[in-house]
Amino acid sequence: MADNNLFSLRIITPDRVFYKGEVSMVEFNTTEGEIGIYKKHVPTTVIIEPGILTITEEDGQKEAALHAGFAEILQDEVVILAEIVEWPEEIDEQRAQAARERAEERLRSKTPETDVLRAETALLRAMARIHVLK
Amino acid sequence: MASMRDIKRRKSSIQSTQQITKAMKLVSTVKLQRAKANAEKSDDYFRCMYSTVQSILARTQNLEHRYLKPGEGGKKAVIVITSNRGLAGGYNSNVIKLITRGELANEDLCIYAIGKKGKDALQKQYEIKADYSDAIDEPAYAEAMVICKDVLNAFAEGEISEIYLAYTAFKNTVVHIPTLLKLLPVEVEQSEEESKEPSDKALMNFEPEDEEALELIIPKYITSLIYGGMVEAVASENGARMQAMDSATSNAEEMIDSLTLLYNRARQGSITQELTEIIAGANAIS
Repeated sequence: MADNNLFSLRIITPDRVFYKGEVSMVEFNTTEGEIGIYKKHVPTTVIIEPGILTITEEDGQKEAALHAGFAEILQDEVVILAEIVEWPEEIDEQRAQAARERAEERLRSKTPETDVLRAETALLRAMARIHVLK
Repeated sequence: MASMRDIKRRKSSIQSTQQITKAMKLVSTVKLQRAKANAEKSDDYFRCMYSTVQSILARTQNLEHRYLKPGEGGKKAVIVITSNRGLAGGYNSNVIKLITRGELANEDLCIYAIGKKGKDALQKQYEIKADYSDAIDEPAYAEAMVICKDVLNAFAEGEISEIYLAYTAFKNTVVHIPTLLKLLPVEVEQSEEESKEPSDKALMNFEPEDEEALELIIPKYITSLIYGGMVEAVASENGARMQAMDSATSNAEEMIDSLTLLYNRARQGSITQELTEIIAGANAIS
């Protein structure tokens, strides 16, 4: 094989196999910050935060919005167990915009009862969706 | 002997029942196919989830974490997955029997019901904490997340000490096993882990640290178990209904056969009687 910097990536959700293939790099957002993974990464398990998932294949890149789950990284295989993940064409832009405004509004008019964490996650999700569309 | 008209009426009533059971069987066969495909699709996710969680737990056996030990005080909670509709043979009652006759029989339980049949049967004896019956019509991961959040909140507040899941595991189209699964505290299967060779997973790092990772992964783990339970239960329900309707249809067939025999005999009897009467009459005249 000429190109052996490829590793296998599987993205599994509860109701389907979202992606399966050989890739050279995958990037996503975790609780510890954004990471990019090449082949022969140290075995690691990370928790996913809402963000953009970028898959670099041999011939081009793919993007998706990845919202929750965790990833198991082995030397030549990455498995992402995603609770929610969407391709750009599956995203409803208007809904995402509305969700973003709602979350921002909630954060601005903060009262003691506001679930700040929830609003922040909602905002992150909406931003990831909108960003992927652009 | 019953009159011909009675037998005929009985026969036609059984025939229409048979038509219904036949139609129900066809419907549940189609639904079973769909539910089975769903269950298979989600299978990958659960296997990965399970092995990951077990490998984390195996590495961190001495960890003190609230999800790893029973809560203090409080009742035991059972999430009971049954169906909203009947006519599925022993499907619902087998799940209920797990609770009323099993190891938890004498405990003070609170029930989180998914499915109307289970709720109706258990509400006399136990406290129904919440009812998510709509979720079982069309199992969605989002619903499982809601249920999981509710039970974990109750666990965190000390209302419940242990969480169980009662559902019907779908082994294949004809074998369904009522299962009682302990969700919390999470238990480690030690024997298996020891024997496995230390592979990549033994060297696994965690970001964030183990404890924090557990805090985040265990709710996902439980959600996936609840979702998996729902998907399998739907498949089992339709499998059970298909079997029940199949045997109902063949029972109806049998009854129709014996009634047909009875009807023909009665008809023949009446013809014979008429003939005897006519001959007797003719003899009397001559």
